[in-house]
Amino acid sequence: MTEKPAPAVPQAFLERRRYRSSQLIWLVPIIAAVIGLSLAVKSYYEQGPTITITFKSGEGIEAGKTKLKFKDVQVGVVQAVSIAKNNSHVVVTAKLDKEAKKLLVADTRFWVVSPRISGSNISGLSTLMGGSYIGLDVGVSKEACHEFVGLERPPAVRTDEPGRQFILRAPDLGSLSIGSPVYFRRLQVGEVIAYELNKDGRGVTFIIFIRAPYDGYVKEKTLFWQASGIELSLDADGVKVNTQSMVSVLLGGIAFLPQEDGPDIALAAANQAFTLFYSMEDALKHTDTVVETYQLLFRESVRGLSVGAPVDLRGVTIGEVSEIGLALDSARKEIMMPVEIRFYPERLQTNYRGKSGKKAALDHQKLLSGLVAKGLRAQLKTGNLLTGQLYVGLDFFPNAARATIDWQANPPQLPTEAGDLGRLQSSLIQIAQKLERMPLAELAADARKTMQNLDTTLVNADRLLHGLEESMLPEARQLVSETRNTMEELRLTLTAVHQTLAADAPLQHDLREALREMGRAAQSLRSLGEYLERHPESLFQGKKEDEK
Amino acid sequence: MQRRVHPTPEELGLASCHVCGLISKRLESDVGLLCPRCLSRLHRRKPYSIESCWALTIAALILYIPANLLPIMETGSLLSYRRDTIMSGIVHLWHTGAWGIAAIVFIASIVVPLFKLLALALLLVSVQRQSTWWPMQRMRLYRLVELVGRWSMLDIYVVTFLAALVQISSLATVRVGNGAIAFGAVVVLTMFAAMKFDPRLIWDPLRNENLP
Repeated sequence: MTEKPAPAVPQAFLERRRYRSSQLIWLVPIIAAVIGLSLAVKSYYEQGPTITITFKSGEGIEAGKTKLKFKDVQVGVVQAVSIAKNNSHVVVTAKLDKEAKKLLVADTRFWVVSPRISGSNISGLSTLMGGSYIGLDVGVSKEACHEFVGLERPPAVRTDEPGRQFILRAPDLGSLSIGSPVYFRRLQVGEVIAYELNKDGRGVTFIIFIRAPYDGYVKEKTLFWQASGIELSLDADGVKVNTQSMVSVLLGGIAFLPQEDGPDIALAAANQAFTLFYSMEDALKHTDTVVETYQLLFRESVRGLSVGAPVDLRGVTIGEVSEIGLALDSARKEIMMPVEIRFYPERLQTNYRGKSGKKAALDHQKLLSGLVAKGLRAQLKTGNLLTGQLYVGLDFFPNAARATIDWQANPPQLPTEAGDLGRLQSSLIQIAQKLERMPLAELAADARKTMQNLDTTLVNADRLLHGLEESMLPEARQLVSETRNTMEELRLTLTAVHQTLAADAPLQHDLREALREMGRAAQSLRSLGEYLERHPESLFQGKKEDEK
Repeated sequence: MQRRVHPTPEELGLASCHVCGLISKRLESDVGLLCPRCLSRLHRRKPYSIESCWALTIAALILYIPANLLPIMETGSLLSYRRDTIMSGIVHLWHTGAWGIAAIVFIASIVVPLFKLLALALLLVSVQRQSTWWPMQRMRLYRLVELVGRWSMLDIYVVTFLAALVQISSLATVRVGNGAIAFGAVVVLTMFAAMKFDPRLIWDPLRNENLP
């Protein structure tokens, strides 16, 4: 084994340039520190306020997921949901963005937006997919606040929406609810934003919001009525169905109309209170400023007369029944039906308006006394024979017994006259009495005698018929058999005809064949004609073979 | 335990090239030597090894905080919108039953970077203190740090792949959060730090101790 010489280790070179300082490496952690610090500072400064909102339930709210949105822009996120100490509600802690700070004022409202179907509108459909969120509506207060009480349902009207609120008072809620539309000439211009039972329990107070510019149509004297659902009324005029629109049929709503319109009529102040009437008719009735109450005493049944039934003077409604009672007249041992009516004298007399005060009232009393002296009486009349509805009719009965109005009584009494039905009854009784007086027994005896005569006549007639039958029978029988023979022959003939005319009959077939032949002949004739037209010379020269 | 002490090239008047591994004879001057084969700089130990390694480790440590606090991925779909940090993503995976994936992500994204940072810090401190404590184990630790370094990029790969692939406009989008950038920086910085570390420094104190 030969030992290899150890390979020479090469010599290292010497570098001319000097090392540069390696301290630059410390720039890396410095840059990292700067980035980290800037991120920390940024996140510290971007940190928005934390607020708490209390809700009755935490339905749909999830910590870390549920967002807070203002005008559909996210402004924060719910951080925690916890139960309040007394277990009465849920406390939601939410962290808002920094820019959202100015949204947090004392009257800012929060509510949970979730899918909601409320008749007229379906809202929050987007939350079906993305989960519910908390909506907020910025208030107008300047005071900052970090603790809020959440609403249980979305507010009907946003704070920044232009318009005005008004107060309506009604005897009951009807079919209205929060969000029910308010119509002006069937145009939706606002909605009910709140209602409340009055403290004394008598009636309901609504707060409605009417959007600008429609709030300008709410004048000082404006009539509001419930345009609710289907208004079905059954009265002396028959069945009446009145609706505002399909939506309000389902939902109920409020309609209004200014009583007097014009540029000079003052606008209603915001939050002015109005009365909410049951119906448009009801509302229009109350346009009469002068209302007088009278009492009518009837002796007949008032079945079919209802409160609200019209008081009619020759077809014109001038009042309505306001009360129906029952009274015992102890002096005369009689039961009376006192009916109170509201009478709108303005409708009676156009120039009545303008006069006012006691003088007008006195004039009116004098006038009415005069009318009564001329025979003006109240009477129950049947408005609708089918339903039996009654109304109070005023009319003149010149033959009626004299009567006067006692103006001292409260309410004053108008004299009455028995109604059509009453009179009908009395005449029926008269007829019955006449019937009673008829000699019925003698009549019956006469009738029996007549019957006996009739019987003998019938026996004679029977005998006559029998004789006739016997003499006529053989001839009739012969006639019948002859007729039958004739009919049989006729039938045979018809069968033959039928065979001749049938589709597969030989005659038919031959005829069809003949026709087809004729068709072919005509075709050949046509081609011949065509050929001759083209080659007239062939008449002399004959058909050329090659032209075939 | 018996500690074997081996001679260093400079004791033999030699220098080894870090790049091509060629051994060459030293000159008188101790600085400014170049490898005769590849012309790389020759030096006894990696220059400024400890300082550079410290700088990069500290930078990584700083960035480790935003990497874990900032969202790494924003996923938006028709139904929901999520911003996930690494930890919340792991929690989400765990809750949805993907325990295996959750464990992998947890190890690759939380444990490994933290382990690397701590291991580097331990190595650096021990070297600076001229410690002769368990050199073999520290060496193994260093090898592990080098080996395991790139696996932390797993997260970044996943996020970048998703961000590139899932862009169905409004139906589903995935965006890379700032946390991913910080996290990527942490991984890269620790890899550089491990590269800058000169493992021979672990053995130097042993030698000094045995050569009075």
